[in-house]
Amino acid sequence: MSEPINRREFIKGVTAVVGGLITTVIGIPTIAYLIDPALKESSKEDWIPVGKLEQLPIGKPVPFSFTRVQVNGWERTATSHGGFVLRKSESPSDLLILNSRCTHLGCTVNWSENDQVYLCPCHDAKFDPQGKVLDGPPPRLLDRFTDFRVTEDGILEIFYKEA
Amino acid sequence: MWKKVFDWLDERLGLNDLYKNLLDRPEPKGTWWNTLGSASLFLFVLQGVTGIFLTVYYTPSPDHAYDSIQYIMQGVAFGWLIRGIHHWGASLLVILVFVHMLRVFVTASYKYPREMTWLVGIGLLLTTIGMGFTGYLLPWNQRAYWATTVGTQIAGSVPLIGGFILKALRGGPDLSALTLQRFFAAHIWMIPAALAGLIGVHLYLIIKHGESHFPAKED
Repeated sequence: MSEPINRREFIKGVTAVVGGLITTVIGIPTIAYLIDPALKESSKEDWIPVGKLEQLPIGKPVPFSFTRVQVNGWERTATSHGGFVLRKSESPSDLLILNSRCTHLGCTVNWSENDQVYLCPCHDAKFDPQGKVLDGPPPRLLDRFTDFRVTEDGILEIFYKEA
Repeated sequence: MWKKVFDWLDERLGLNDLYKNLLDRPEPKGTWWNTLGSASLFLFVLQGVTGIFLTVYYTPSPDHAYDSIQYIMQGVAFGWLIRGIHHWGASLLVILVFVHMLRVFVTASYKYPREMTWLVGIGLLLTTIGMGFTGYLLPWNQRAYWATTVGTQIAGSVPLIGGFILKALRGGPDLSALTLQRFFAAHIWMIPAALAGLIGVHLYLIIKHGESHFPAKED
């Protein structure tokens, strides 16, 4: 034993150690608490079932719609999406799936059987069955769902990814 | 190196003087009962810190208050811990403050020259209870809602001005979004500001007069 520690130094030491311990035990969870939302992965992509492939007619666009729910903390926001599936032939991979959101300002386009075009009700835009712009203000062709698959049960699913 | 930095700072801030006068001041021989004030101060700081962190997620609106607390408890990492400390700390703080008052009363420490310390302490007891009362509503669950309904009704039973007090507390005749919002404002701004000020005076008086001796047989 060199210098025996005196009472004063002992108390100081114990206070420092206990204080440091409390600060650490509270401090680390607090940092995790604050940055927690930044660490969470929100799934912005998913496989969406559209319908039974065999029930879809060939050569005629069929509308479909689905809803995505975004959860932020205690708040849930639902957004509707839709599109058209066009079976070009018997082959299960010969599909054209368009997003029905007009590329101009986001209105929903409708299929006109008489004119064989997609019509946007907002500014009278027209798209051909391939989604190309025929008339009106849209800057580009309709978006496509290029990733799709048919499950074992014969259900057509599209891969949705938030832009 | 550190000694030089410290000496430089000490010369300008008077750190050693602060330490001597605040933390190293002479004390009469005491018992653990003398530590209740310090314990209350520690808990007050802890409540302040955890409370500030709770406001990161809590929303004082009838639509979201309950859900935001559910989110704190289940959705946020260590949210249960932060809220748990705040929840249990609140009850413990009220108990500590009350026992602290009893000790001062039993040892007659409120006598000359410490009457003002005692009176400020009464203010601290009342504001602490006020914190408990306003904080109790914030979870916006059934217990919170009805406890506040009853609590404000009791305040409303005061003769003549009772109706006015009830409406002033609730922000209208009924418990509503206004009640939640004003209880929140009181809980995080008004009462804490009053508490902090009173604590400052209380501590100044304790340092000025020193702690009281326990009364001896002949006192």
